[in-house]
Amino acid sequence: MADLNPLSLWRRFLALPNDSRTKTLVVAFLVSSICAVLVTTATVMLRPIQAQNRAAEQQARLEALVAAVPGISALLEEAGDAALSTVVIDLETGAAAKSVTPETLETALADPANWTTLSATDDIAGIGSRPNYAQIYLLRSGETVRLAILPVVGSGYGGRIQALLALNGDMQTLAGLAVTEQSETPGLGARIAEAPWQQGFAGKRLFDDTGAARLAVARGPARGEHEVDGITGATRTGNAVTQMVRFWVGPKGYGSTIAALRRGDF
Amino acid sequence: MAPTESPWNTLTAPLIRQNPVMLQVLGICSALAVTTSLDTALTMSISLTVVVVLAAGLISLVRRHIPNSIRLIVQIIIIASLVIVIDQCLQAWFFGLSQRLSVFVSLIATNCIVLGRTESFARSNPPLRSMLDALGSGLGYSLVLTLIGACRELFGAGRLLGMQVLPLADAGGWFTPLSLMLLAPSAFFLLGGLIWAARSLWPDQAEAPEFPPHDLREER
Repeated sequence: MADLNPLSLWRRFLALPNDSRTKTLVVAFLVSSICAVLVTTATVMLRPIQAQNRAAEQQARLEALVAAVPGISALLEEAGDAALSTVVIDLETGAAAKSVTPETLETALADPANWTTLSATDDIAGIGSRPNYAQIYLLRSGETVRLAILPVVGSGYGGRIQALLALNGDMQTLAGLAVTEQSETPGLGARIAEAPWQQGFAGKRLFDDTGAARLAVARGPARGEHEVDGITGATRTGNAVTQMVRFWVGPKGYGSTIAALRRGDF
Repeated sequence: MAPTESPWNTLTAPLIRQNPVMLQVLGICSALAVTTSLDTALTMSISLTVVVVLAAGLISLVRRHIPNSIRLIVQIIIIASLVIVIDQCLQAWFFGLSQRLSVFVSLIATNCIVLGRTESFARSNPPLRSMLDALGSGLGYSLVLTLIGACRELFGAGRLLGMQVLPLADAGGWFTPLSLMLLAPSAFFLLGGLIWAARSLWPDQAEAPEFPPHDLREER
């Protein structure tokens, strides 16, 4: 008669020689199940706190960035309590997206069908594909748009560069640029994240007379109203910023949105 | 049987005399990556110390029942699970720091110090002693990381723990930051200097040269 008392079974198991096959298998199974339970519990229990952290961080970053755009505090005071409004736009049409709201944007972008693969000639920013929807921020005074903040992304020398591009109401001059994420070389390319350099964007003209994007990060000091000072030793980072801005204000990026803003569609 | 050391010795030996980073030159990958500022270095040190102590304790508890053929896998599973739990806790309660440490917390699982201590010590010693030994190793690692992190932050950015210590030339002071200190090679230089200093102070740490230097006179 087999002894089925679990306690004595356990004792018999522990007494098995360590190198027996049964013991090897059972120990492996037990260790992995206990560890699996431990890891799962930690992940599931802590997920709500982590999600909260991420949301708070994003909000704080946006507020900091908006405040960092030169001249915006004066605009905000002028505009009174008419705060920044968030609009999700459809990049194909340039109009506000009908089916996607800021709340559902994240879910929509998780679907690969909502991304457009860029051909090599179009993809001057080196990003491979771009989303069909983007969340932009508009600051109005009365009915006119005074400032449009467009999130942009490009590929730099050390990795992805993310930034916010702020356009004045005329949709021609820049109000500023704020880099939100970059992994360029510290001390060289990473200086694009510093305020003194970013201030050089304020007041620069984006387009030339034909309407093509002309803004560039210069090699060396800026010459003319379309150029921003370059950073010594960071030519490739500078070029990446140039290409990123040119791509996103161009036809594949926010081109149609900027045209719609000029017409006063928003 | 090796004579048993006093608990105090077990704890303090890895601090200087048997320092895992300086003497055994283990775990330097993360030591180089997270030491650009003092607070990331400290967080990394604390995380590693917690992981190595818990892992040593757990593995020492089950040491008599780990089949020899799968012992490394069992140890790694236990270590990796602990690392994931720690990483999740950091993401929940120290979000900013965990963003800056990025992948290096998860890489504690592959840190040679952890597996080294569990494999060589915890597998053949009772839990308390193993944890003491692990704590010593963790503190030894922390000591080196803290030193290098402090040096790099002080000379690379003129700050300590985010507070401006040396007035920057940009802001009207006299100190021009050494950008090199923020790049990975500077950690190699500092670590090399530290090892050299330690081995000059305690000559018994120096290893016998594996190859005799080429004798030029014989070639004539």
